[in-house]
Amino acid sequence: MDGFLASPIGILAITVAQTLALLVPVLIAVAYLTLAERKVLAAMQLRRGPNVVGPFGLLQPFADALKMLMKETIIPSGANRVLFILAPMLLFMLAMIAWAVIPVQDGWAIADINVGILYLFAVSSLGVYGIIIAGWASNSKYAFLGALRSAAQMVSYEVSIGFVIVTVLLCVGSLNLSDVVRAQERVWFFIPLFPMFIIFFISALAETNRAPFDLPEGESELVAGFFVEYSSMSFALFFLGEYANMILMSALTTILFLGGWYPPVHVVPFTWIPGFVWFALKIALLLFVFIWVRATFPRYRYDQLMRLGWKVFLPFSLVWLVLTAAVLKLTGWLPA
Amino acid sequence: MSGSSAMASEAGPLATSADPATMPSATGTSNEVKTVEVDSHTINFGPQHPAAHGVLRLILEMKGEMVERADPHIGLLHRGTEKLVEYKTYLQAMPYMDRLDYVSPMCMEHSWVLAVERLLHIEKDVPERARVIRTMFAELTRILNHLLNVTTYALDCGAITPALWGFEQREHLLEFYEAAGGSHYHVNYFRPGGVARDLPADLPGRIATWAAQFPKFLDDLEGLLTNNRIFKQRTVDIGVMTAEQAMEWGFSGPCLRASGVPWDLRKAQPYEIYDQLDFDIPVGRQGDCYDRYLIRIMEMRQSLRMVEQCLGRLKPGPIKILDNKIVPPKRGEMKRSMESLIHHFKLYTEGFHVPEGATYTVTEAPKGEFGMYLVADGTNRPYRCKVRAPGFAHLQAMEVLSKGHMLADAVAIIGSLDIVFGEIDR
Repeated sequence: MDGFLASPIGILAITVAQTLALLVPVLIAVAYLTLAERKVLAAMQLRRGPNVVGPFGLLQPFADALKMLMKETIIPSGANRVLFILAPMLLFMLAMIAWAVIPVQDGWAIADINVGILYLFAVSSLGVYGIIIAGWASNSKYAFLGALRSAAQMVSYEVSIGFVIVTVLLCVGSLNLSDVVRAQERVWFFIPLFPMFIIFFISALAETNRAPFDLPEGESELVAGFFVEYSSMSFALFFLGEYANMILMSALTTILFLGGWYPPVHVVPFTWIPGFVWFALKIALLLFVFIWVRATFPRYRYDQLMRLGWKVFLPFSLVWLVLTAAVLKLTGWLPA
Repeated sequence: MSGSSAMASEAGPLATSADPATMPSATGTSNEVKTVEVDSHTINFGPQHPAAHGVLRLILEMKGEMVERADPHIGLLHRGTEKLVEYKTYLQAMPYMDRLDYVSPMCMEHSWVLAVERLLHIEKDVPERARVIRTMFAELTRILNHLLNVTTYALDCGAITPALWGFEQREHLLEFYEAAGGSHYHVNYFRPGGVARDLPADLPGRIATWAAQFPKFLDDLEGLLTNNRIFKQRTVDIGVMTAEQAMEWGFSGPCLRASGVPWDLRKAQPYEIYDQLDFDIPVGRQGDCYDRYLIRIMEMRQSLRMVEQCLGRLKPGPIKILDNKIVPPKRGEMKRSMESLIHHFKLYTEGFHVPEGATYTVTEAPKGEFGMYLVADGTNRPYRCKVRAPGFAHLQAMEVLSKGHMLADAVAIIGSLDIVFGEIDR
């Protein structure tokens, strides 16, 4: 048995099993996030939400998926067919492969690589290609405007996200995501780095095109923005990709600031609960805030969003980065 | 069309490219096809657009995200109300009024009813209870309209929750409509000479209960919007209209008052019992989208005050004039009196005759001055009816309001103008 597991086929089999063990829960989480969003929004808006399909509407995601599958895929006549079909696939694929480096519990990462953060950063930046390609290939003005907005938006927010991550890395001394979590065993980073935590969370909202930064798909202006021409499964892939990205960004926030798999205090009843449950709970909390924000705020205007990114977050995160570095250096807390 | 690109850009790209009269036609005799460089990006905003508020078709010429020209096209909801009314008796024309500004039906009825009463010279004879009921429902309708406008306006700015909160309150108001007139929406309740029937006994109490909780709702709504920084960034200094401009463009109602003109027909030319009610007219200063929002919120509070005063004034009494040449007799009387039977028959076959004359009767509808120009020729049908819709004047200012703003601002401006196509297209 050991011999088989060490053979190339065995390694492949293990990797496939690990991938499935991670992606299947992620996809189920995505499905139920759509339901949770509708339920939470409904509660905030004094209505019921989906409650017909299954008990408490619990089968609603499956009904939606089935509906999407049975719809006709419509490709507009002026569209670039190859790119039009490729774009949602790209977006969804990127949302999935990012999960490879996420440590769900100590040692539970499919690829515990030493440049984990850089990998995540690269993958999430590539996501904008899916949107730009979709907007361009649709050959529609609304979609094109949405794609342009999205490109500008992602660039402006990734800069400040970069500085926030560098600040955390200074405190950790490693690019490995598991090491980032281990560095927070005693104190979670959101306490010393609170302003950066807020900036990161707001940037995560912008990065995932969520309200109040949902300009690329701004319903009242661009109808549906970059995916206005999509239908059926190609639309569903965008939809799933967006929600998978929400979970991913929440997971990243958890890893960087909320102590990953660690319980809030290391005392008995809390330590009995396994790490991945804590991890999931923290993600769920952040996702709730995502939805809460959507129910509360109006949408930013395009130029206001750029101003917030470049004129507020960027200088602030830069100053805080320098400040953190100075404090670490002067107090000698800088990790080796 | 000369075809040189220099001249084309002077005339405006849309004029050269989209005007079918000047386009080199494919089937025509000229084989010469001229290429015109069109540098702008034209967007067909609506009629099937989530922020088009019905069937607005707005041709937006964009430069990137900047609106260079906004050209509203109307007529997609034209039903020919004014012409149809010429073929109806005065009573049969009533339901058409509900369908003008269909988010404030009773205020539309109000103008019609007052105009007909003035032509009949019975405006002094309408009993007190009918006046109080009509005023109360006109103010409830104002709240109904402003609730829809403010919340959908927030929805246009991206805030989804106010709309759903507001709809719950609107539902209460529509239930009052149903209790009074028998219909949830196109209620057809007012009549020349009074109202169709008396209120159910429990309705004033229900309205009072609702009125007691409504300020709390308004506070909650304001909590989401009034001091919300994003909402303010989206609306302050957007679509500014100075007082002079507003008057030149024929603005009225909340849009005019937001620009700082204290003009409200309920104070300036009181009709019904408005001269006996105690209320204030909120007036803005900047004339921007945010002021138009604030004015509507404050008007709702004032309307609530008026509703409460009307409830206090609601004394038992007749709800129609007693002249059976105009209003139908009671059913019981018809069984006893031959004269009543004849009156009933005459009213429901040919209607009442209105003496020759003309009137321009205008009321302060929620959206602005809703005027009714009515010419009577002595028969049972109006000779001519012309409706002055406030939204029409507001919509034509779209161009001047949104020029130089961004696409998202154009959406906010449409929301703040409170446009409903029922009254614009008629």
